[in-house]
Formats: sequence, C-alpha cells, structure tokens
Amino acid sequence: MKSAPFEYVAPSTISGVLEILGQNDPDEVKLMAGGQSLMPLLNMRLSRPALVLDLGRVADLDFIRETDQGVVIGAMTTKRAVEDSELILREHPLFWESTVAIGHPPIRNRGTVGGSMAQADPASEYPAVALVLEAELVAVSARGERTIPADDFFVTYLTTCLEPDEVLTEIRIPRLAPRTGWAFQEVARRHGDFAIVGATATLGLEAGVAVEPRIAVFGAGDRALRFPSAESLLAGQPATDEVIDEVAAQVAAAVEDPLDDAHASADYRRHLAGVLVGRVLREAAVRAAEASTGA
Amino acid sequence: MASEQPQQGGIRLKVRVNGEQHESVVDPRMNLADYLREELRLTATHVGCEHGVCGICNVLVDGQTVRSCLMLAVQVDGKEVLTVEGLAEGGKLHPIQEAFIEEHGLQCGFCTGGFMMAICELFDRNPSPSEEEIKEVVGGQICRCTGYNAILRSVQNAAAKMGASRS
Ligand SMILES: Cc1cc2nc3c(=O)[nH]c(=O)nc-3n(C[C@H](O)[C@H](O)[C@H](O)COP(=O)(O)OP(=O)(O)OC[C@H]3O[C@@H](n4cnc5c(N)ncnc54)[C@H](O)[C@@H]3O)c2cc1C
Repeated sequence: MKSAPFEYVAPSTISGVLEILGQNDPDEVKLMAGGQSLMPLLNMRLSRPALVLDLGRVADLDFIRETDQGVVIGAMTTKRAVEDSELILREHPLFWESTVAIGHPPIRNRGTVGGSMAQADPASEYPAVALVLEAELVAVSARGERTIPADDFFVTYLTTCLEPDEVLTEIRIPRLAPRTGWAFQEVARRHGDFAIVGATATLGLEAGVAVEPRIAVFGAGDRALRFPSAESLLAGQPATDEVIDEVAAQVAAAVEDPLDDAHASADYRRHLAGVLVGRVLREAAVRAAEASTGA
Repeated sequence: MASEQPQQGGIRLKVRVNGEQHESVVDPRMNLADYLREELRLTATHVGCEHGVCGICNVLVDGQTVRSCLMLAVQVDGKEVLTVEGLAEGGKLHPIQEAFIEEHGLQCGFCTGGFMMAICELFDRNPSPSEEEIKEVVGGQICRCTGYNAILRSVQNAAAKMGASRS
C-alpha cells in the first residue's frame, strides 16, 4: 500500500505549526502526531491530505508536569512515556491503567496522548478516562487559546469540537479528592485490541455512603459516554451490591443506540455496559474503603 | 532533512541503519518499511497488513520497537534504526535467533523478524521478564503457524542464554 502523494513539513515550534496552518487551507492539512491512526488511513487512502504537518519535532508538546492542581500532559507525549512515568502511576493510577490497555508496546511507543483524544474513537480508552477524571483539553490556534472540558470535547464518532485550524497542546488532569476509589475494566477479543466495551468509575466513600461518583463507558455508543443520572442515583446511597446493581441497570438502559457491528451486537454491548459498570463500581468502592481505613 | 517549510518531492534523509550511515532523498509519502526494503534492499523486514495490526514489519528506532509501515521514512532522519539484518554479529547469530531455531519458534518464518525485534526491546527494558510480561510483548504480533507456545519458549530460552552471557 502506498498513500497518495502529499507535501510534508515538520516545524519545531508551536508558532511554526500555527504559521503553516495560517498559510494553508486548514482543511487540506492533516496534523500527524504518532501516526498510529493516521498512517493506516493514509496507507489505505481513506485520508488524502495535500500537506502532512508532523508535530513530532515540537519538543514543547512532549512533557508530563505536576502542578498545584494536578498533572498536565503535553499532547505529543507518547503512551509509552505515560506508562514509564512514576508521577502518573502515583497521582493518576487510573490513567496509567488505561494506558497499558491501549494496543501493544510498538503502538504505545509512537501513539500519543493528544492523538488519542483528537482521534476520538468511540472504543478508545482515553476519552472515557478523561470524562471521569474531569480533564480539560487545551487547544491553540492563530485566534488564541481555549480550554475545553472533556465533557464538551468529544462530539461523536471520530469527531471532537476542535476546529481544523486548532492544535491540541495539553491535557490537564485535576488531582483526585483524597481517598477516591477508581477502577477500569474492558472486554476485548484479544489483549491489545480495541475494546468491545469498557467502563471506568471514580467514587468516594464517607461512612459507607457514595460521594461524587463518576461513571463512563466506551465502545458502546458514538463516543465515550458519561451517565449523570446514574451518578446521582448512586450519590448519597450506601455502596451496597443492591444499589450498585440498580445503578448498573440504569446505565445499561441509558445507552442510546448502542453500536452494532461485526464485533458485537447492540444487545451484547448494552449488556456488557451494565455488567462492567457494576464491576468497576464495586472495585472502586473497595479501593475507596481501603483508602479511608488507611490500608 | 525535515524542515520548517512544506516540501514536495524529494526530502533529504540521513539515518544510521544497523550501524551504517545512509543518506537518501525520499518521497515524503514513502514509509519506513518501503524505504528499508526498496531503497536499502534490507528485505528481512517483511510487510504484512500494512496498517499496524500484524507487527511483522517491526524495527527498532532509537531502541524502541515501531511498526515500520506506520512511520514515514523522513521521520527517522537523524535516528538509529535496527533491523533483523543487524542482529547477528560477525556471522554469529544473536541469542534470540539461536533460541528461535532451538525451540522451533518459527515455521514459515514470515513473521519471525517482527517478533525478534519486539523481543529485543523487551530484553532491553527487562532482562528477566516473567511469563506474563513475555506474553504482553509476544501478543503484539500475529503468527499464523506456531500457535505462539514455541515462541514463548524461544523467548524464555533466549532470556536464559543472555542471562548466562551477562554473568
Ligand atoms: C494495532 C493497533 C492497535 C490499537 N489499539 C488501540 C486501543 O486498544 N485503544 C486505543 O485507544 N487506540 C488504539 N490504537 C490507536 C492508537 O492509540 C493511536 O495512537 C491513537 O488513536 C492516535 O494517536 P496518534 O498519536 O498515533 O495520532 P495520529 O494517528 O497521528 O493522529 C490521529 C488524529 O488526531 C489528529 N491529531 C493528532 N494530534 C493532534 C493535535 N495535537 N491537535 C489536533 N489534532 C491532532 C490527527 O490529525 C489525526 O486526525 C491502536 C492502533 C493500532 C495500529
């Protein structure tokens, strides 16, 4: 396979990137991060940009930093760098756990955090985790910078709210409240495959009662989905099996129009969404209980 | 060289492959697998699915395994590439290659190079991997002959050989 011809540019600064975007019709330009989604599309000629703008030399987009509010990850940081980061493992074990569920080592060596967010694959791990961690995504363009809550960022299949002339620069993940439990689970045919369905949750416990539960599911709908009504059903309730089963059933019922394809039927995906949400809530509750007894 | 302004047609590229310095002019759309095979005639890097799934075209770039079908040749400018041809030294097979022969880690051999390169990186990060850790890496490539068990044994055998040569 051979992609259609394109011109190529690899600026070394963000201002250089914006300059090139300004000189060209942004619809004709394709940004390339790790290429682990874009290269297959180019090879198969499903994407035929006139110009490939490679972000691979922009060193300022490759970092993991701790701030007063939490952790900030540059868009061009590879998944492998996240996997190898002590800081992420300590501060955001949920983000770490979701990282090693993505593809295989060679994919994580090249694929970036920003690339996965921008690709917005409905079965991708990161968007769902960004929802429960209430991450913010920062984008720049010649018009300035904007900060976008994860809730507004993912629009539908392979579509974010980014404009063609905007470049994602960083992902900000606020620190979790103390003693927050978390969990992440997915079902895939083989380890490393895109998930059929996955679920993730965070949850605090005060005297056995759920505080600020957050629930997201991926692989079930047109994008990662968060479930505010199921979350409010759980909030303030004791995290018992009975309550969790009820919440999980509500999530399963709330998945609108689940994906139905060669990998799994819509019914199976709805079923999995319920089962996995039940599991992650139980696991998150155990972690929250352990954290509050100082175990 | 990769540049600050868009370039069409040939882009100059300097890269070290298996210890040897190369300078080429490549079309921006040429991927690394095609560059290695067609420009440098290093045909041990095989091409399977050409969209990143099978792992047969794995090579090391600055010590990290990559799918060479998912990288552009121009992106290895200034970098160090290792292919299967670079494993043996002075006519002596690499312990990973010896182990694959001893354990029948291959039948048709089409995918074998991709596995070996991924295993190289594994040993670099972790000289004595557990069975789980080996499976995580072996599972990143597709083999349609062996059923993977012989590959798993090859990696364990290679780990033992390399451990022995280190101590
Ligand atoms: C075999 C295989 C298995 C995989 N398994 C999984 C999996 O299990 N889970 C998973 O989530 N993914 C998986 N992937 C996809 C992989 O994670 C990709 O790396 C990821 O989807 C895209 O990241 P990238 O850095 O490679 O981006 P690219 O492929 O370079 O870009 C993807 C898209 O995002 C845009 N983009 C990239 N960076 C920016 C930016 N900074 N600003 C604006 N737009 C930008 C690009 O223009 C392009 O449209 C797999 C891929 C392969 C080949």
